[in-house]
Amino acid sequence: MGKKRKTPGINGSSSADIAFMLLIFFLITTSMDTDKGLARRLPPPVPKDQKNDTDVDIKKRNLLVVLINSNNQILCGDQFVDIKQLKDKIKDFIDNPFNDEHKPERVEVDVPFFGKQMVTKNHVISLQNDRGTEYQAYINVQNEIAAAYNELRNDVSKKKFGKVFADLDEEQQKAVQQIYPQKISEAEPKNYGGKK
Amino acid sequence: MGKFSKAGGREMPELNTSSLPDLVFAFLFFIMMVTSMREVTLKVEFHAPQATELQKLEKKSLVTFIYVGKPTRDLRAKMGSETRIQLNDAFAEVSEIQDYIAQEKSSMKEEDQPFMTVSIKADKETRMGVITDVKQALREAYALKISYSAAQRVD
Repeated sequence: MGKKRKTPGINGSSSADIAFMLLIFFLITTSMDTDKGLARRLPPPVPKDQKNDTDVDIKKRNLLVVLINSNNQILCGDQFVDIKQLKDKIKDFIDNPFNDEHKPERVEVDVPFFGKQMVTKNHVISLQNDRGTEYQAYINVQNEIAAAYNELRNDVSKKKFGKVFADLDEEQQKAVQQIYPQKISEAEPKNYGGKK
Repeated sequence: MGKFSKAGGREMPELNTSSLPDLVFAFLFFIMMVTSMREVTLKVEFHAPQATELQKLEKKSLVTFIYVGKPTRDLRAKMGSETRIQLNDAFAEVSEIQDYIAQEKSSMKEEDQPFMTVSIKADKETRMGVITDVKQALREAYALKISYSAAQRVD
């Protein structure tokens, strides 16, 4: 009875490891919720004293109008298309593999790594939408356009460098971008809202 | 020379590591606090649209968020169910965006300002009219790098 038994001290050396594990877990999870999205660049604002009708003339063959109406239906060129067909249509338009005279003209451009290339550098995809278009429909179209560009770029990167576009170094990416320049124009909102 | 002989086999005194867990825990709590403090309380209902061709937003400090959506359920009695814009912690009008962007821009380092990105976090059922207004306001404010926030589509 009288003899006090000593409890052996608990070995606490592993609690540091446990704490470290927690720490690393939190570090990873907090950096994982980084925002993802479709990156775009807006055109700079039109000076107020300048009228809009100074728009650059674009040859009809170089222009592809993608229109989304308020019922989320898509008009590509002058045809009604489904969202699933849109990517191939756009790819066909950007690439113009058979030099169709209704598709963008191919201009010879000197590209590093590739040499002389026929590039449809004057093409423009004009994206127009209605005020009533649903955001998801708009994102779908933006996504398909991005997908079309990405696929074309990946194809050419794989053929030349054996890697996908994202894995190329900066110089190579620039060269590929020169072959398939991304040209999406979002129309100035027309007479919406009653301003001006 | 006996004075310096190591014959005694003097051992290195063991480092006391009993305070290490406390240090790490303190660090851990610090990080937990900081990460939860950056979040704004959402006042609009927001379901991201889905897409596949996503790019990660780099450098969080350069990103400004604009939320667009319908007010959350408990705010709906006060604010109505029209689509609203939220900047930081408050509802705002389109006309306030320009000031907000200018303010955010001036709080950045000067060399970072051209890389400022605005992430538009809009609900997928928003009408494009509001988004177009926001985009026009951003153009006016010279915040030209934007990102349409979206979730990865799984199918």
